[in-house]
Amino acid sequence: MGAIATAIFPASELARKEPESLGSVLGGIPRGTLTEIAGPGSSGRMSLLCGLLAEATAGDEFCALIDANDAFDPAGAAGAGIRLSQLLWIRCGGNAEHAMKAADLLTQAGGFGMVAIDLADTPANVLRHIPLASWYRLRQAVENTRTALVSVGAYAHTSSCPALKIELMRKRIGWRGRSPWRLLEGFDGQATRIRNHRSAEKQFTVAR
Amino acid sequence: MFACLHAPGNLPLLVECARYFSPLIEETSPDTVVFDIRGLRLIYGTPEQIAQEIWLRIGIPANLAVASNPDAAIYAARGIKGLTVIAPGKEAAALAPLPLMLLSGSPELASALTLWGVRTLGSLAALPPMGVAGRLGDEGLTLQRLARGEGNRLLRTTQDPLEFRDEMEPECTLDLVESVLLLVGRMLNDLCASLARHSLATNELDLRLKLEQAPDYTAVLRLPVPMLDSKVFLKLLHLELNRRPPGAAVEKIFLELKPVEPRTVQHGLFIPAAPEPEKLEITLARIRSLVGSPNLGAPVITDTHRPDSFQMGPLFKMQSGKVPVPASQLKLMLRRFRPPVRAQVWRSPQGNPARILSSKAEGKVTACAGPWLTSGGWWERDPWDRAQWDIEMANGGLFRIHCNVLTGMWGIEGSYD
Repeated sequence: MGAIATAIFPASELARKEPESLGSVLGGIPRGTLTEIAGPGSSGRMSLLCGLLAEATAGDEFCALIDANDAFDPAGAAGAGIRLSQLLWIRCGGNAEHAMKAADLLTQAGGFGMVAIDLADTPANVLRHIPLASWYRLRQAVENTRTALVSVGAYAHTSSCPALKIELMRKRIGWRGRSPWRLLEGFDGQATRIRNHRSAEKQFTVAR
Repeated sequence: MFACLHAPGNLPLLVECARYFSPLIEETSPDTVVFDIRGLRLIYGTPEQIAQEIWLRIGIPANLAVASNPDAAIYAARGIKGLTVIAPGKEAAALAPLPLMLLSGSPELASALTLWGVRTLGSLAALPPMGVAGRLGDEGLTLQRLARGEGNRLLRTTQDPLEFRDEMEPECTLDLVESVLLLVGRMLNDLCASLARHSLATNELDLRLKLEQAPDYTAVLRLPVPMLDSKVFLKLLHLELNRRPPGAAVEKIFLELKPVEPRTVQHGLFIPAAPEPEKLEITLARIRSLVGSPNLGAPVITDTHRPDSFQMGPLFKMQSGKVPVPASQLKLMLRRFRPPVRAQVWRSPQGNPARILSSKAEGKVTACAGPWLTSGGWWERDPWDRAQWDIEMANGGLFRIHCNVLTGMWGIEGSYD
């Protein structure tokens, strides 16, 4: 069967049929379930999210970014390779409840390659009040679909719900030159991927 | 086959009757309508049966003629009372007794034929064609062909105005949105059926409500792709009316759908799935009611150097060829604070930021890069003139801050994340 399929369809097309993971940044993220990205400020959360969005949109997929705190920078995103015309950006103006409702509607509608909820700047007390049932409901909505659901926060906020947790930590900030010609180059960091109670560490670099 | 209806002074009724049977209609004169009935054989049967159906449908005193060409049908309807069906090949015999004045020729030609004693179509048809051509020229030959029932031309069809609008005035005023939607739903069903009959779809819905003692309410829904689903339209209007209620009782409802060519999509097995336009539109309308219209869409970078300048546009799939390639490694991104957070900044003797106090960042600046100067828009009301720094705080935060050169105020644009 496999040989026949390979004869009919090119290998690249067969590979695309596999709804396994989305993107290759830091090992990619699984489709059809929830992934949590957590880390303190300036740890590379937005850079990782934009990297994933860039890969998804480059693969001709439509993506949605639910921006709870209106923090997304379109100009920087275009520079990172995101096809902005394929990105639905929803600015919630600091209202986490609206962000969760919008995520619910989008996951129910289907058809998106990736739905990301950015709650990184949401205050801890608000984030804590999001019921766990909401996360399970979202995860349920994307199950058996090709949609990868991603939630970004300052710390772990989805409890046992996500299939993959990525914890980010910044290690070293890179400066080049001396004042007044000094330039911020980027930073190095460490990502810990936790899946099925197994963790794996990966080093990454964020560059300007 | 062609059918012709002739009744003095009743053109609208004749056209209405003709439209019931055919979309190809020629309004020949204010009292004559001719239309194509070639496609009705499968529905009604023989030409006689088709003619009988039309005859029953007219409803006013009129002449009806069915013939194999439009001109023969016209002359028969104008010259023969009641219902006439001319079999193909029998046109000359059927038209022969009709008076010559039915033909529209020049006055000189008419007087020449009168002098010759030609009074009927049959006598004109019987003249030798060579003689007619020699004495009366092309016009004479054309009239002779018409008199023989040998006309062979296309219909000069009248264009349908293609307006898909409807209005409804309930017996009493409507206070509830649900009551309005009940009527709007019926109107949408009719209009969508009408669009479907013309193989069209719509990408714009105009709803106007005449309100009791209040200005008219207008809702215009522009769709990103042509659609033809009355349930989707009704849901979109429902969401719009819920988001922005009329505010007074409704006296009259006007609804118009703008016709456009329907959407054609070539699906592929290995093309990544995209949201269904109908479902997506309803989802976006629901989210729009949550976050507001300006906060939803695909970001479009505007053609300016002004910091954080963008607008919202529609979602669409970018054509291959002008594809931005994703970076091989993670790109440093800015997490913006909108609006920029006001800050108090103390500077070092060299002029660099040394200490900062704000709601987002507080403490000693351990490293910085800048200033990067940017200015513009001096010809506008809100020019910008900024000096930007990238700073690293003692607690590990990485921020982009700026000083407004015009006002001297400091602000934090965002954090690098």
